[in-house]
Amino acid sequence: MSIRERLSGNEAIATAMRQINPDVFAMFPITPSTEIPQYFAQYVADGKVDTEFICVESEHSSLSACLGAEAAGCRAVTATSSAGLSFMNEVLYVAASARMPIVLAVSCRALTGPININHDYSDSMAERDSGFIQLYAENNQEVYDNYLMAHRIAEHPSVRLPLMVCEDGFITSHAIENIELEEDEAVKAFVGEYKPEHYLLKAENPLAVGPYGISSYYMEARVAQARAMINARQVILDVAADFEKTFGRSYGFFEAYRMEDAELAMVLMGSSAGTAKAAVDGLREQGIRAGLIKLRVFRPFPAEELAEALKGCRAVAVMDKSEGFSAAGGPLFAETCGACINLETRPKLIDIVYGLGGRDFTVDAARSVYQRLETIVRTGETGPVYSHMGQRE
Amino acid sequence: MAYNLKEEMNKTERFHSGHRLCAGCGAGIVCRAMMRAVDPEDKAVICNATGCLEVSSFQYPFTAWEDSYIHTAFENASATASGVEAAYNVMRRKGKLDPSRKFKIIAIGGDGGTYDIGFQSLSGALERGHDFTYFCYDNNAYMNTGTQRSSATPRFASATTTPAGIESVGKKQNQKDLTQIVVAHGSPYAAQTTLFGNLKDFHEKAHRAIYTEGPTFVNVLTPCPRGWQYPAEDLAAICRAAIDTCVWPLYEVVEGEYRLTYEPKKKLPVEEFMKMQGRFAHCFKKGNEWTIEAAQEYVDKKWEELLQKCGR
Repeated sequence: MSIRERLSGNEAIATAMRQINPDVFAMFPITPSTEIPQYFAQYVADGKVDTEFICVESEHSSLSACLGAEAAGCRAVTATSSAGLSFMNEVLYVAASARMPIVLAVSCRALTGPININHDYSDSMAERDSGFIQLYAENNQEVYDNYLMAHRIAEHPSVRLPLMVCEDGFITSHAIENIELEEDEAVKAFVGEYKPEHYLLKAENPLAVGPYGISSYYMEARVAQARAMINARQVILDVAADFEKTFGRSYGFFEAYRMEDAELAMVLMGSSAGTAKAAVDGLREQGIRAGLIKLRVFRPFPAEELAEALKGCRAVAVMDKSEGFSAAGGPLFAETCGACINLETRPKLIDIVYGLGGRDFTVDAARSVYQRLETIVRTGETGPVYSHMGQRE
Repeated sequence: MAYNLKEEMNKTERFHSGHRLCAGCGAGIVCRAMMRAVDPEDKAVICNATGCLEVSSFQYPFTAWEDSYIHTAFENASATASGVEAAYNVMRRKGKLDPSRKFKIIAIGGDGGTYDIGFQSLSGALERGHDFTYFCYDNNAYMNTGTQRSSATPRFASATTTPAGIESVGKKQNQKDLTQIVVAHGSPYAAQTTLFGNLKDFHEKAHRAIYTEGPTFVNVLTPCPRGWQYPAEDLAAICRAAIDTCVWPLYEVVEGEYRLTYEPKKKLPVEEFMKMQGRFAHCFKKGNEWTIEAAQEYVDKKWEELLQKCGR
């Protein structure tokens, strides 16, 4: 029986962590993720978990400690945001290449500068090539559910990769919403025990981690890692299927909202989806064939499935909540274009960078995007492929 | 039991030959001696900072280490060790490890990974009080990248980023006193040693550090033939000169109490240490005599301070 509650995204993650009872949590605070370790510290203080909770002196050290703990044979977790994630950058790559299935909660927040504590994806998008699996969520329920699935995906023997559970800073991390929690025992049974085959503290068989890999070996290691990310595709779907069977809520690589016959579509991630869905519903009432793709899994990128979902569209707006400074569009746009490149007939694709540093995204704004798409279809003119929206000029 | 080198050498080797360290490098001697200081019935996890030792001792698919070993990055050996120690504690508490098998958590890095880029990580781990021992093999510069100066490089040493020249007499600053900074953290055991004689001094300090509960620290002056510019066979003689000139005093600090562990019968002039190494060659040129005087003055001052701390 699930439990009806009202929780913020941060408390939902902390609750999932309490239910899973990880072995090691190494923390360093940064807004807006700070509440996660704070809630957890109280669970430790109240004896609700028997986790080794260590308060380290930086994010570089929190992830390094997780790496040491995971290699030693433990389930290790941490949480961060923004500059904290950037400070982890070096260790993210090391953790992924060492194939350590650490689960990292990210309350996504803008990068400096100017310094800003609000939401966009400039932190997590900057780490898209780190080798972490990345799951995104529209609301608190999805954050919680993603967290329950995270360890099983990351620790699967054909994957063994670290994973980021991303939520939208403040919008999801702090806003309190209704949520269905699962029973502690049901969560424990679903997630299972972590039983690595090789670990540092295995007395009968020592392990060496993190070698110098010369040219004769480096590429094999990287290809093995790339294959693990490919393997993660099926594992993500399998775990989602088991999750649906166990808890009744359904997840895939993305949610296709009113896409069956859509001519105009938006591709976006996270909490903006709720706003965009309201716009889609309004347009549908007017007979406009609008649809929405809300991407849940950014790494591995579901290129084939996304192309299949978009192939019937005539115009698509990719909504990037991070500025990649490529002068040609944001990261989600580049990936979506790459996914569509081999379609026989492709929709016209444009990129709109929006919502940076917490800039609001309204139903009217979403509607205006569909209006642009409609103009593109009507005139056959794509217009500016890469643009920004919501800023003062 | 009294230290006996012959018996020590009969122990099963835990840092094997075949590693790629240079001939005349002190780091390999440090590792062998360090592992002999772990009791044979105990296991160890070695957390190694990036550096010469790491690239030379664990080049895929070979490892020189008999015990478990992890290298993650340059600046985070202490944080990695913190995680391993946390794992050890929780796995024991949860009954996931055989309680009869003891593991010792050891971090090791050069002066770059310890005095400089890894300093924050070290300080954090010392402050948190993890039960581990940090060994610094201090070879006085960033040797893995080719002898760039570090905060452990002594004043007047020529390094590739502080080269001697017409306008330069080498590095301008004195060495950072890291051992005392560690002591200031309240570490229950900190010591300085080097590689000389039958390694009794090293062994006793290493053993005491490894078997003292809490964050302990052993700073080992570790000559580098490439960076210090000496013939490989001079390694032990240079270490001896370092202690006899008091350039590298030997002492230990137990719960804040300083104890001198070696006092030269006759304190030699600092040039006896400097003249053995090419990195100080410019100090002996005409017109640069003052550098040797200044080096002597600094060594004398530090030595006096240490004697006072030791209650002399």
